[in-house]
Amino acid sequence: MALCNFWIDGKQYQAEEGTNLVDAAKENGVFIPSLCYFKHIDPPLGTCRTCTCKINGRYDPACTAYVKEDLKVEVNSPELVDMRKALVEMMFAEGNHFCPACEKSGNCNLQHMGYELGISVSRFPHLFKDRLIDYQPKRMVMEHNRCIKCRRCVEDIKTSDGHRVFMYINRGNETMVGIDYDQEAKLSDEEAIHAMEICPTGAIIVRGKSLSQPFGHRTFDMESAQKQFRRTIHEKPRVANFEKKTVATVSLAGCFGCHMSMLDIDDEILDVAELVTFNKSPLTDIKNFTQRCHLGLVEGGCCNTENIETLKKFREMCDILVVVGECAVWGGLPAMRNTIPLGECLEEAYLNCVTSEPGANVVPYHVDLPKILDRVYACNEIVKVDYTIPGCPPSATHIWKVVKSLLWGEDFSLLYSEFKYD
Amino acid sequence: MIFIIGQQPLHLHFVLPVNRLFMSSPIRPHFFSDEPARSRLLSQLWDYQLRDRYISPEAIRTLAEEHHLSEIEVEGVASFYHFFHQEPAGKHTIYINNSIISELKGYERIRETFERETGARLGTTDPSGMFGLYKTPCIGLSDHEPAALIDFYPFTNLNALKVKDIIHKLKQGLLPEEICDAPDDHIRFTPAENHTIFFAPYERGAALRKLHELSPDGVIENLRISELAGRGGAFFPTWKKWNTCRNYKDTTKYIICNADEGEPGTFKDRVLLSNQPGSVFEGMIIAGYTVGAAYGIIYLRGEYRWLAGKLQQEIEAFREAGLLGTNISGINGFDFDIRLEIGAGAYVCGEETAMLESMEGKRGEPRTKWFYPVEKGYLQHPTVVNNVETFGAVARLIQMGTFEYLKRGIPGSPGTKLISISGDCMYPGLYEIEWGMTIAELLEHCGAENPYYIQVSGPSGESVSIKEKFRRISMLDLMAQKDIRCGGSFMIFNKSRDIVHILRNYSSFFKHESCGVCTPCRAGNFIIQRKLDRLEHGLADMDDLKELREWSRILKTTSRCGLGKTATNAIIQSIEKFPDYFKTRLAGIDNSMYRKFDEEAAITEYERYKP
Repeated sequence: MALCNFWIDGKQYQAEEGTNLVDAAKENGVFIPSLCYFKHIDPPLGTCRTCTCKINGRYDPACTAYVKEDLKVEVNSPELVDMRKALVEMMFAEGNHFCPACEKSGNCNLQHMGYELGISVSRFPHLFKDRLIDYQPKRMVMEHNRCIKCRRCVEDIKTSDGHRVFMYINRGNETMVGIDYDQEAKLSDEEAIHAMEICPTGAIIVRGKSLSQPFGHRTFDMESAQKQFRRTIHEKPRVANFEKKTVATVSLAGCFGCHMSMLDIDDEILDVAELVTFNKSPLTDIKNFTQRCHLGLVEGGCCNTENIETLKKFREMCDILVVVGECAVWGGLPAMRNTIPLGECLEEAYLNCVTSEPGANVVPYHVDLPKILDRVYACNEIVKVDYTIPGCPPSATHIWKVVKSLLWGEDFSLLYSEFKYD
Repeated sequence: MIFIIGQQPLHLHFVLPVNRLFMSSPIRPHFFSDEPARSRLLSQLWDYQLRDRYISPEAIRTLAEEHHLSEIEVEGVASFYHFFHQEPAGKHTIYINNSIISELKGYERIRETFERETGARLGTTDPSGMFGLYKTPCIGLSDHEPAALIDFYPFTNLNALKVKDIIHKLKQGLLPEEICDAPDDHIRFTPAENHTIFFAPYERGAALRKLHELSPDGVIENLRISELAGRGGAFFPTWKKWNTCRNYKDTTKYIICNADEGEPGTFKDRVLLSNQPGSVFEGMIIAGYTVGAAYGIIYLRGEYRWLAGKLQQEIEAFREAGLLGTNISGINGFDFDIRLEIGAGAYVCGEETAMLESMEGKRGEPRTKWFYPVEKGYLQHPTVVNNVETFGAVARLIQMGTFEYLKRGIPGSPGTKLISISGDCMYPGLYEIEWGMTIAELLEHCGAENPYYIQVSGPSGESVSIKEKFRRISMLDLMAQKDIRCGGSFMIFNKSRDIVHILRNYSSFFKHESCGVCTPCRAGNFIIQRKLDRLEHGLADMDDLKELREWSRILKTTSRCGLGKTATNAIIQSIEKFPDYFKTRLAGIDNSMYRKFDEEAAITEYERYKP
């Protein structure tokens, strides 16, 4: 095959004619985010649309395009970067992706794309559609909550006699990947594990084989796929005036894990104490605001009326509102109940649960008790949020870098390895 | 039952001669025999659905074995089409149309009445299994709303009394085919001075006789001069499509008539097929003659199953008259035959490549556009896919000649157009207009009542404000937005109608009808619907409106096929064209720091536990 010249964002590159555009760009050091694309699945699927670029003036996915002479590709225009980000955010909003509770966390392509694109919150409302977890296959568990319908398994996993094991079923927003129990049983152990590995998320789990490596050893923990990770910013000398600032913190529907993380900066906490006065906060045990604060850190989403009241108070009393951790950002683990009607949750918890008192017939309700909301709401559904820090919990350095940057205008450099959803 | 069940074997067992006019074609023992077995899957599923009233696990197993597929693959196909059920759907299966036009005309009352009379809740059967009650998007009877299909027979202009009567009769043992309605064609308007193209007196075979003097080149030339363009709404020049297909060398080519008229509010193809099936067939035969194809297939949407008997009769009549089969119309060596394929409820199958997939017995998912169907279409053979109206127009055009044809319409946009009109007007029905008529004139003809907002070409088309009523309807300048193109429908809404509610109906339609393959269309339409819910409940502010537009644009840009690319057209355009209206729908937010939140609604469920 002949080498030919093609253009990405105005720069000329070379690749063999007919090379898949995603690969050709990669060979030339240009990163085009992609999810459904998998080198040996031919023809490429073009389902996730994450690699959408402008190819000869048309919006098309790069994975279904091939290099030819004088091909002009736009990859990193602000519009395209935002659009690709939106598509990945859409997948997070559509599925029920609870990274901290997922076996695939750290080895998950979807999560990885979230990191690469710097997604701290999905702009779209999470849909919290109730989905099945299918335990019926002999060796596998199909976790439909996590499936992004990329079609890799549908096309790639076949039995030795050529039968498909996976197939799309239903249509529209009900589309899911069904698994054929009989055919699944015919797969060898290696083939089953291959199915789990080819899945870009944790939707296909092989029983007993899904344990991840420890944090730091997982595929996407430490290093970005991009030569120049976009968040690398050089620190500049401190110029701002170090006036002491007031900070308030609170935990709503959270587990206090994010507060624990705040304390995790070890002896640096002494520096923080010099720079910051804590007002209302579990750290000081001050219950009510005594003054207006420069910054509020909110952990947890809103699961009851008291959370809403507190959050609104924070909005009122803080100049800058930062939500910290997955729960505050979009609901997090408490939002696992969002796919189930409230009544069912309450009755399971208080009436039908194996550990409930014999003869229990009351769901707690009292005028003094906060009222439970129909679902857990993210903070940005109730008030305007200025900044979001993802993570479960976010690392201490991440939190304090953000705080210092916001309060004293200090530039900060966040490493790829510090930005996590789990 | 007068149903033809999908593909019937054609009893043509003689050997056909080598095709004289075109390339050397191989000997075909009989028509359609070289289609693979899998292409019968859809009609086999239909057989099971009609016999058992659902696709049972046994049926899936049998079909999987027959086609050497895994069961999940057959289930994947069956579950794609909403007329195939995986639970028994009642001895009588009732589909109520929930399109926006039906909603305006009283869908809710009809649904309630059906529920009360049958004892079945929407989406289920009654306990005895006698009736199954389901909703379905537009069934192509917008001029007879509210309407329903019972066992795929039409029941129109429903009201509570009529529903009661129908159910009573069914309970007495009468059959739906005995008591169903025969929907009127409602041809309300044809151009003056005998300028009608479609509804001039029809004589079977008249257009085909013209082929005696016309070479395939001549047909192409006629189409080129007359500037005929695809009437499904994309307006691709017909001559170009045919000519490209003609230039691909293949021994097998197909002509496919797209009768999957799924766009809500559109029923022009229904009328044409019911009134003039012959001219549509002749258009297909002319296409076969021109591109060198011997096979014609009509993909009829499942909602029009009740028309299948009529079409089949017409096909038989054509065969008897020597207009289908071998040496058609006396042209030595010209062989062509037509069969019907019946869809099973999937809007996306109107997209041509999705339709091809569906005909091949697969899920109706649009293909990645590596090839156009003219190069690799049905079974990877060169295929012409055109709309019903296009074929109808071809036959009439060839019959009358371009000289006559060009007298109609306006320069640059000759001819006439069929438009289905429904909604707030006195005379819903089919209008054949000459290109160049203004919106205002058309509205006057149909007796529009205080029109305010008009949805042209269906939910995926263009939203038009009454302020634009002087725009002409033509094929001219798509981009300049001076004239308006029309795929075939006008849905008229008066000032009292709630646009947000209408948009939400569209959005819910697209959410269900997306094929589910690509992220922006599958997830995006669901997300857009949630946003419209916010707007409808008075919880949205300016930011929401801005987001709605931005998100709509993302869907438009990144979706895989036309469905996703056009699903948000109406939202983008109506926000632009009705700014005053949208302002009234926004929540009055006093402080931009807070989002509007309906706390009362959020605690309603918990309040049930108050002792």
